[in-house]
Amino acid sequence: MEFALFLGCTIPARLNQYESSSRAVLKKLGVGLVDIREFNCCGYPLRNIDFKVFILSSARNLALAEKKNLNVMTLCKCCYGSLKKADVLMKENASLKKEVNATLEKEGLTYEGRIEVKHLLSVLHKDIGIEAIKEKIALTFKGLKIATHYGCHALRPSQVVGFDDPVAPTLFDQLVEATGAESIEWAMKLECCGAPLWGVNDKLSMDLTLKKLTDGKKSGADYVCAACPYCHIQFDKVQKMILSQRNVNHPLPSILYTQLLGMSMGVEKKSLGLEMNEIPISRIEELLKTEAELAEEREFAEQKETKEETESKKA
Amino acid sequence: MFLKVSLYISLFIFLIALIYKVSTWFRYKVGIGAAEIPTSTRFFSAVRGIGSTIFSVRILTLVKVFVLDVLLQFRILREDFLRWIMHIFIYGGFMLLLLMHALDKYVSVAIWKNYYSTINPFMFLRDLFGAFVIVGVLIAIYRRFILRVPRLFSNAMDIYAILIVAVIMLSGIFLEATKMVAYSDYKRMADEYSGLSDPQELKSLEAYWVKEFGVVSPNLTGPFDEKVLQKGKELHESSCESCHARPQWAFTGYGAARVLSPIGLGIDRAHLPSVLWYIHILACFVGLAYLPFSKMFHIFASSVSLLANGVIGKEKLAPANRATLQAMELDACTHCGTCSLRCSVIMAFEEMMNVNIFPSEKIAPLKALASGKALSPQELRRIQEGVYLCSNCYRCTVVCPAGINLQDLWFSARETLLQRGYPEFLVLSPLSFYRGLMKEETVLKDYEKPLIQAREAIAAQCDLMKKTEKVLPLTSANRTLQSGLNLSAQAKTFSVCFGCQTCTTVCPVVGNYENPQEALGLLPHQIMHAAGLGLRDLAFGSNMIWDCLTCYQCQEQCPQGVHVTDVLYELKNLAVKQVREKAQAPIERK
Repeated sequence: MEFALFLGCTIPARLNQYESSSRAVLKKLGVGLVDIREFNCCGYPLRNIDFKVFILSSARNLALAEKKNLNVMTLCKCCYGSLKKADVLMKENASLKKEVNATLEKEGLTYEGRIEVKHLLSVLHKDIGIEAIKEKIALTFKGLKIATHYGCHALRPSQVVGFDDPVAPTLFDQLVEATGAESIEWAMKLECCGAPLWGVNDKLSMDLTLKKLTDGKKSGADYVCAACPYCHIQFDKVQKMILSQRNVNHPLPSILYTQLLGMSMGVEKKSLGLEMNEIPISRIEELLKTEAELAEEREFAEQKETKEETESKKA
Repeated sequence: MFLKVSLYISLFIFLIALIYKVSTWFRYKVGIGAAEIPTSTRFFSAVRGIGSTIFSVRILTLVKVFVLDVLLQFRILREDFLRWIMHIFIYGGFMLLLLMHALDKYVSVAIWKNYYSTINPFMFLRDLFGAFVIVGVLIAIYRRFILRVPRLFSNAMDIYAILIVAVIMLSGIFLEATKMVAYSDYKRMADEYSGLSDPQELKSLEAYWVKEFGVVSPNLTGPFDEKVLQKGKELHESSCESCHARPQWAFTGYGAARVLSPIGLGIDRAHLPSVLWYIHILACFVGLAYLPFSKMFHIFASSVSLLANGVIGKEKLAPANRATLQAMELDACTHCGTCSLRCSVIMAFEEMMNVNIFPSEKIAPLKALASGKALSPQELRRIQEGVYLCSNCYRCTVVCPAGINLQDLWFSARETLLQRGYPEFLVLSPLSFYRGLMKEETVLKDYEKPLIQAREAIAAQCDLMKKTEKVLPLTSANRTLQSGLNLSAQAKTFSVCFGCQTCTTVCPVVGNYENPQEALGLLPHQIMHAAGLGLRDLAFGSNMIWDCLTCYQCQEQCPQGVHVTDVLYELKNLAVKQVREKAQAPIERK
């Protein structure tokens, strides 16, 4: 299994731990990654201003991957949504395709629509499979409650992305539970993280982020888990700014899915970069248990039970 | 005399210019905060910074950077092997020529007691080094004009740099070549050094040099008698050889001499060797005097940039030093185009046709801006768009062979430009995410101002929004709006909207406000309706379109299959396009 890894702009610049942990996890799972240096921005940030710039940017990336005959894997949900959108438009809209390809032609590129765009999570869930992942789990989490954050641009518009059921998705929850953690139910699970408005309307962005995180906290989560650099930075660095500005003192720290999975696969700590998160998450390690420890705990609990039983019988 | 006078004049100009250029590093103002810091503060702060670096363990980093990046130029090698070969050939060859040949009186003589330019290995090495430079220049020309490296722009300064090096080298080679063929040069040497007086012997020697070394003599032409040549050879060995290696060793000059030999006599008569000597010397001195103003100044500035950024790393700089560093970095740019080759947002150029989008093309206008030169409104808007249209991916900084922190340069310039008052609509896009993240690290003055300004500039175009009456006068539907919403061929779906308000109900932004209409203007379902009616002012003037998260809840839930989010996207595109065309002198587009 081999993919062209599409990192986008944010991860190499501001979220190195996402890249290193993803590479480490995927290596353990036997997924080959090809880096295409010529990749450019997916075009997502420019869609507000100029649709043509967006589609040209996305299509160029698709063309580069197609040239190497590789499917694309993104780590970012916004890159995923953009590349997917461009892919669908290029397949459906012949005149647009012609126009875009005419520009790409200048660099000897063209996109015919022969490749697929996938997000890391769909690769893990569909191409590798939960069972195969479970086989690689070395340590399981015990008593860890995770609020899964799906990310808008992965889920919607479902007609374009086809990631999971847009109303009741389960893909990410299954992946989180493969590590032994509990994926909690929370009302605002499918809501936006607020990142698209960060820098544009900070007050509104903070309102939405805080509302979402408060709901997660109230629903009992220890951590919110994301698989997108924008969502994660919003929940991490921006949450930190919100905490100081709005006098909130109960953060809901964010952990990247590849950090969570990596820990439970026993990936070396250096690649996980837990200490690189702005809101500390290192305490999560205390909840990691080996099989032996779990068996011991079970035994202890059983002993306690039988002891209580015998005591109650005596009484 | 001529040599000395012109040397001192050019050296004097060079030194004055060097001091002037370095002084601009402390005077030019690039970014936020730089305007308030006086030159003296910047100067002393830099001295302190440099001092504390030199007298600490970081000196080791400096040495490492100097060897690997300044001397061996690993940063170029990492990016492009051909370019590295090109640069090493030009710079290595030139430096060696400078030391061994140009400064021979001071350097070579001091190192080698028996140095003499006409004996080996020096005669051979001179030509070898020259050949290095020529090969390098040929690669440079090949890359720029034949290979056409993508997004490598050639400006006047790049061409000057290639030209001045080429003129120095070619004049040198041809000077050597013409001296080889010129009879008077041969005659002078024979008279001065051979110590022969017998005409028969002199004739034999001359015959030998004509036959073997390409001297073109007015008296003798071949074929020569074997005996004469034999005698000439013996005389050459006894009288010349110890101070003059075979001219063939100077292979570039000799090669040229062979080509020139048919016109050898003419060359001598026209005194071409001395003409070429003047050209060679003058080209060197012009190059020297003009160096601080030319691209060649990067010899100094890029080295300083590599060293400075090598020790700075990720550490946060004092504002005074940051201002100095950035002014210096503007000089360190060699316009090599590596940044533009790796830039993430290159495709924007294809549509927007603003060269300032390319990192390498931002430096010149930024330099003009930093020096306090007045740019025209159009130039200002172009560079503003250029520095804002950046996904902040840091790739330019990572690949820059001169080690310039380009990303930070854009960031500084961006804020300064935004405060100048031209509305920048790109601030209303997720490109602003980075600016939001940086607002605490770098104290941004008037953070909200550009955001408000952009929205106001768009709203100002929407006359209908200014009407306070609740009921709008009947206007006929504007069909151009409908036909304008065709970018993705999906936006037109708004026409099937039956006003059920599901989009508005599920919108998290609408849900955030007690009185959404007051904060947002028209709500999503109303915008769909306005689009249907062609009421572009109402659609464009609503905050709703800029406050849309693009979370696609509305579009996903719409029972009619209206692509609500896509329509909003296209309305934003149109609003920007309209305001650019209508309100201000638009940035020239294709």
